[in-house]
This record gives sequence, structure tokens and C-alpha cells, in this order.
Amino acid sequence: MSKPYALELKGITKVFGSIVANKDVDMSVKRGEILAILGENGSGKTTLMNMVSGIYFPDEGKIFVDGKEVVIRSPKDAFDYKIGMIHQHFKLVDVFTATENIVLGINDGEKFNIKEAQKKVKEITDRYGFQIDLNKKIYEMSVSEKQTVEIIKVLYRGADILILDEPTAVLTPQETQKLFVVLRNMRADNKTVVIITHKLHEVLAISDRVSIMRKGKYIDTVITAEATEQSLTEAMVGEKVSLNIERKEPENLQERLVIKDLSVTAHDGKQLLKDVCFTAYGGEILGIAGISGSGQKELLESVAGLQRADKGASIIYFDPEGNEVQLVGKTPKAIRNLGIALSFVPEDRLGMGLVGNMDIIDNMMLRSYKKGKTEFLDRKQPRALAEEIIESLEVVTPSATTPVRRLSGGNVQKVLVGREISLNPRVLMVAYPVRGLDINSSYMIYNLISKQKDQGVSIIFVGEDLDVLIELCDRIMVINSGEITGIVDGKSAKKEELGLLMTKSTHEIEGDEEVAEDAK
Amino acid sequence: MQNEKKVREPLFHIAKRPAIAWHKAWGIRALSILAALIFAGIVAMALTGENPLAIYATMIKGCFSSERRIWMLLQTLVMLLCVSLAVTPAFKMHFWNIGAEGQVLIGGLATAACMIYFGDKLPPWLLIIVMVICSMAAGAIWALIPAIFKAKFNTNETLFTLMMNYVGIQLVSYFVIVWENPKGSGHVGVINQVSQAGWLPTIGNQKYMLSVIVVLALTVFMYIYLKYSKHGYELTVVGESENTARYIGVNVNKVIIRTMLLSGAICGIAGLLLVGGTDHTISTTTAGGRGFTAIMVSWLAKFNPLYMIATSFLLAFFERGASEISTIFHLDQAFSDIISGIILFFIIGSEFFINYQIKFTKPAKEVK
Repeated sequence: MSKPYALELKGITKVFGSIVANKDVDMSVKRGEILAILGENGSGKTTLMNMVSGIYFPDEGKIFVDGKEVVIRSPKDAFDYKIGMIHQHFKLVDVFTATENIVLGINDGEKFNIKEAQKKVKEITDRYGFQIDLNKKIYEMSVSEKQTVEIIKVLYRGADILILDEPTAVLTPQETQKLFVVLRNMRADNKTVVIITHKLHEVLAISDRVSIMRKGKYIDTVITAEATEQSLTEAMVGEKVSLNIERKEPENLQERLVIKDLSVTAHDGKQLLKDVCFTAYGGEILGIAGISGSGQKELLESVAGLQRADKGASIIYFDPEGNEVQLVGKTPKAIRNLGIALSFVPEDRLGMGLVGNMDIIDNMMLRSYKKGKTEFLDRKQPRALAEEIIESLEVVTPSATTPVRRLSGGNVQKVLVGREISLNPRVLMVAYPVRGLDINSSYMIYNLISKQKDQGVSIIFVGEDLDVLIELCDRIMVINSGEITGIVDGKSAKKEELGLLMTKSTHEIEGDEEVAEDAK
Repeated sequence: MQNEKKVREPLFHIAKRPAIAWHKAWGIRALSILAALIFAGIVAMALTGENPLAIYATMIKGCFSSERRIWMLLQTLVMLLCVSLAVTPAFKMHFWNIGAEGQVLIGGLATAACMIYFGDKLPPWLLIIVMVICSMAAGAIWALIPAIFKAKFNTNETLFTLMMNYVGIQLVSYFVIVWENPKGSGHVGVINQVSQAGWLPTIGNQKYMLSVIVVLALTVFMYIYLKYSKHGYELTVVGESENTARYIGVNVNKVIIRTMLLSGAICGIAGLLLVGGTDHTISTTTAGGRGFTAIMVSWLAKFNPLYMIATSFLLAFFERGASEISTIFHLDQAFSDIISGIILFFIIGSEFFINYQIKFTKPAKEVK
């Protein structure tokens, strides 16, 4: 028999309520190998690896390390088997230095000696080619540096099976290259690396083998050298699903929102939006594509009156009669009092759009409770609306008085979108409306949005699935690090073109910044 | 070769309950109280050697055995309920107002000041109106200060309201010396003993009837305010998620300040009832820890004013029963604290089993 796998999973199943996150998944990875786990958002990649790293416990199935069956109940158990995971969200103490964070929480029974520790950490960084200042405090670090600290932290604890969850999502292309160099060094050092991703070119660039998952199921494992982008895509998305979203030609386009020189600077001086200019028309869907966190949230919130814009910005709203209103500097209340019907489906559904602990009726009331002259609430109309939405959008819920946090993600979203559309908006902004939704719910949302477009609503659709954006939107605007890098026609847009716009100019921007800093 | 390591499956794991029928939830709560009584009984027996049933019987007797005792229990109950009603809107807004103690004291201080300075100057009806206004205003101001700081500078309201308690206590102890009667006693004594100016009217010859009526009215008011008014809706949304509140255009700072004004004003009423209605004097212990016990009453009732009648009954029962067993069995007052501590621990603990369930691991399936 050949050498046992470093890590092997057999028949892993994990169920959350009614959602099957992983169904009977097998997977294996050898020493000195980089395995990529490829799958779309929500295909169960992270859940699977969370079971290996001790965050979740599998409902069924077995895990083997070096051929021996193991039970991993906590991250500590995982470390005992030398498994370490680097999560998407970093868990570091801001005011500590890199070294302090790396050694934090280790109890080896020896007296704590920061100098010794530093030496040991230095060894690791030298061995694998990390570039980092170990005495820098976390809060002074870039995202990429923080990630480096997380990786070193795991290595310092002696992990030889490393799992990285979407490590490149937050990195620039150069940083990604640096990370890949480090990962290759680890492979040379006979470590096992598992990298979770949904980016094909990265899979091809870094991995030895690829395991593909689709909707919680294990599909196949292929040797990267024998795979092509085409073959991987097919395995990942399955049989070619034609989205078949009906896209009518936009009619009677009317200028609805004209945005000029919109910049947003965070408290820490970080530029979140930079000189954004565009026009949104009534009767069309304007898609916004971009790597998440590129300023989409700030853009929508600026329009909604939730985000303070820098001086000089202008957001003009045109009503159907052609009267214009400046929205910059107005609160959501002021905007509403002007009679501007602006609906907004925020990304954070339960943290912003809805109140999880309130029932569906009270959530309907969020937008309308002010109506009426008395100091008392009128629950009659919200109740009728709740029941109407439950019926027309097929919301699965025990009753209208069920707290929305008890509903599944798709049903929560139907409640939110249903409410926002019930306001008869002139502008409808939606952020990641189908994230975490099944196909049927997604289509229902697409259809609702398309119907709004037919009624002359100006729709701004922030999405992550490029296929959907291309099939649904009339124009697609690409945002990249807070800047608009292009607006393309939805009918002629190509994925590659969008992908390029989403990442391309980062180089140029960085170059500019370096020049600017040098000038100082 | 390494030894075969035995595979240990965890015996059980904890999972969130999807939803629980109300009768099941109440069943769990009832079971927890029963378990608490048994456990507390065992502790009582081990510590004192007394028959736990006798102790429980004495507690019940201490609360219900005579009309006077029932009134005493009622008074304890409604005063606790009053302060609990006051802190509830703030808590529902997730504003951790632990300064009710100070707000009650300041309300009482304002009442006493009115009685002392205007007792012989104003006609009785006017005096009482002035007392009502002053006590509510004083309580409201005491709550307003931390609210403004929270709204404007996002200071930590827990620490701030706590500190305001100490300021309130110091103010009262200062005025106790100013108003000392007789001089040198260190007490204020009964204010306006002869003229009874500013004493709140008694209803039906029952000293405590007024408090009961006022607090019941407040309970109904608060229930309606929280459940059916726009204000109540806004403060709930602010509590659940400030982001959502901003998203729907609620002025969060305004809601914080408005709610704390209400919270403080009701504390002021509690001070008024204590000083003007029953005690007719003031000391640093006038609030008597109700400001803190009220937090428990409010939480246990999940901020529902109607449930709070039950939870404040529970705590009032322990308080009255405790003073009874301390006299009958010559036990220290601390002993009843132990028992009420045990019972509260069980009740609070039962919430865990209402929200979560324990799933035992099924016997592992054979893997081919």
C-alpha cells in the first residue's frame, strides 16, 4: 500500500436545519501537495473545512489523518493533529505586535520569553519567505500583512496541514503572487496545503489537484495539469444552466439619479469611494460588479442618506416631472419626507434591512409605521401586506407573527424585497439580493426586479455572479477600489472583460499611490 | 507501531432550538423552579439542620398570614415593579441603565425638598402637584445626563449611570445633615409630622393603596407604550439594531434621550411614592437596592410589563419571606439571599434550555 493520505475525509455530511451544507463528501490530500477546493459561493467548501478545523462537528462521516481515524471536536483538537486553518476573517489583537499575536495563547509550560519566540518566528519567516515586520502592530498593517501573521501563527503552532479559506479575496494581484510563492515553499517543505477558492486562474496557477464541489456535493477531483479553465468551469457549474432571464429592451429611459464627484473618506482617512460619476435611468437595471468591499456598500448608502459624502459630491434625483433634488447631506428621513420613493435592499439583511427578533408584520411596519396622525401604531395594513407578501412570494413561514430570524435565508430575503417593492419605488437599490438563496428563490427575485424595471423604476443591482449581471442588467458598471473602472453594455459584456476591469487597474492605482507617497 | 487510539465521539452536542411551543417553554420554567426548590431545600437542610418544608412554610406564612402582611407584600411588590417599569424601556433599547437607584433617590430628594421648603407655604393640593412635577423632573434629569453623553459622545452608559448613583447618594447624605431633625440625630425624621403637609393622600384608609393604584396604572401604560405606540416601536428597533433604525430614518439620538427621560421620570415617581406616600422621610437607603433588583425583574420578564407583575411578586415574596425566617429561625438574612440566589440561578438557567436543546449523538454508523 502506498503512503496514507495526510488528510482524508469519507462520507462527510452536515445539515443545518433544513439546509444540507455537505452531503456525503469524500476528499483526500497528500503530504507535499497543494489541493484546491473549487466551488461557487455557497457550495459548502468552507463548511467542509470548518469540520476539519474543529469549528463544526460532522453529522456523519469520518476524518482520517495519516490514515488514522480522528475525532475533531474543537480547534484545539485540530491543532493536536497539526491542522491549522486561516479564516477569511482574521482573529488578531489590534494593539499587539505580529510576534505577540503569533505566540498569544500558547501554553507550552515554559516561561514566556519574547526574545526566544521572536527567534523562532524569524526562523519560520525565513524558511518560507514571508516578508513582514514582526514588531509592527496589527492596527498598522494592511490586510495582506494581517493574513501573513495569521499564516505564521498557524505554522508556529506546528501545523503541517494548512487550510486557507479564500485567501486571495482580499489581496491585490501582487500580494497574491507573494502568497503563492510562500505556499509553494511550504509544499517544498512537505507541508499539506488546502486552499478554498472560486477563482479558476488561481486554481490553475497554484494547485496540484483540484476537488470540485457543487451545492454541497463532492463532484470530482482532477489533476490540475490535466485541467483547463473550460473543464473546471463545467465541473463547477454543472450542466450549462441557461439563466433565461427575460431582459426586455429598456423603454422610455429617464434620467433618475445623476451622481457626480462622489467621494467618501473613512474616519481613518482611507478613501472608500473616489470621484464616482454615473447616471442611473428609470426603466433600466444598472449592474454594479466588483470584488466585494470595493465601495459598493458606501455607494448605495451614500444615495440612501446613510453615508456622509466628502465635500463637493453631488447626487441629484430627478422626479418624473423633471424636478431635481440634491440628496447629498440629507438624512433618510428627510429624503422620505420629500416624497422620494427610494427603496434599498441592503447587503446586511438582518442587521440593517430587517429586525431579526421582530415578526414579519412588525418588519413590514419598519417603512410605514410613521403613517397616521396618532401616536399609536396601526398594524392592520402591515398585517395585510405581510400576508400578501407571504402568499404572492411563497414565503415559507408558520405565520405572519413568526420572528424573521427563524426564517431561512431565502425567505428572509423575500420578506425584505417584498417590503421594499411594496413602497412603489422610483429608485430600487439591491445589494447581493440572491446571496445564499436557492435557484428558485433567486429567480423569483430576478423576476421581481425585472418587473420593477418594466414599470419604469431605476434599479441599481450590486451583484457578485457575473453571469447573472450579464444576463439581467442593461448596463454594468465596474467598481474597483472605490473607483469606477468602466461601464459596459450588458448585452455585449464578456465575463473576461468585466473580470479585467475588476482587477486590472489596481496595478495602476497602486503605482500612482506609490508615486504620490514618494512625492511626500 | 502506535497503539490503536480509541475514537471518542462526543456524547452530546448543543444545538439551537428552531422554535418552541409556549406550553413547553413554561413547562421547562416550572420544572426549573421545582428543581430549584428541591436543591435549595437540600442546601437549607445541610446548612441549618432545619426542615426545609418548615422554612418554606414560614416564608409563605410571613407573606400571607395576615392582612397587614399581605399589604406589606403588596407594597414591596409594587415599589419593585415601579422601578422595574422605569428601567424597562431603556433596557429594551439596549441602553443599560443601572442608575435607577440614583434616579429614585433624586426623585425622593426632590419630593422631600418640596415638603420641607413649601410645606407651610403652599396649599396642600398645589404642594402635591409641585411635588409630582419636581420628583419626575429630578429623576428625568438624572437619567438625561448619561443619555446626552451617550448620544453625543457614545460614552459607556453602564459606567455613567452607575457613577450617577454614587453622586445621588452623596447628595442625599449631604441633605440629610442639612435637614437633620432633631439636630445631631443623623436622621431627617418624619417630615411635617404635625401638619402632614405633602403627605400623599391615603385611599380607603390603606396606607399602601395609592402606590398600588399608581403602579398598576403605570404597568398598563408601559405595556401599551411599548407594544402599541410609535415611540415604543422606535426604541425597540434602536435596541435591536441601530443600523436598521438609521436605515428607516429614525433619529437614534433623539430616541435615546426621549426614552431615558421617560425612564428617569418614572424612577422619580417611585421616589415620590416612597418619600411622600409611605416613608415621609428620606435617607440614603430610601431606594433600598430596588434599582438593581429591578434589572432582574425586568430581564426575567423579558421586558414585558405584564410578566413583570409575576417576576416582581417572586422577588417580593423572597424579600418578605426572608425577613420572616430570619426572625423565626434566628437565621441570618443572608440565608434567604442564598435561597433566592439559588432559585434565580435556576430560573435564568432554564432560559438556556428553552433556547437550546441537547442532542445526544446517535450510535455511529458503520463506514464501509
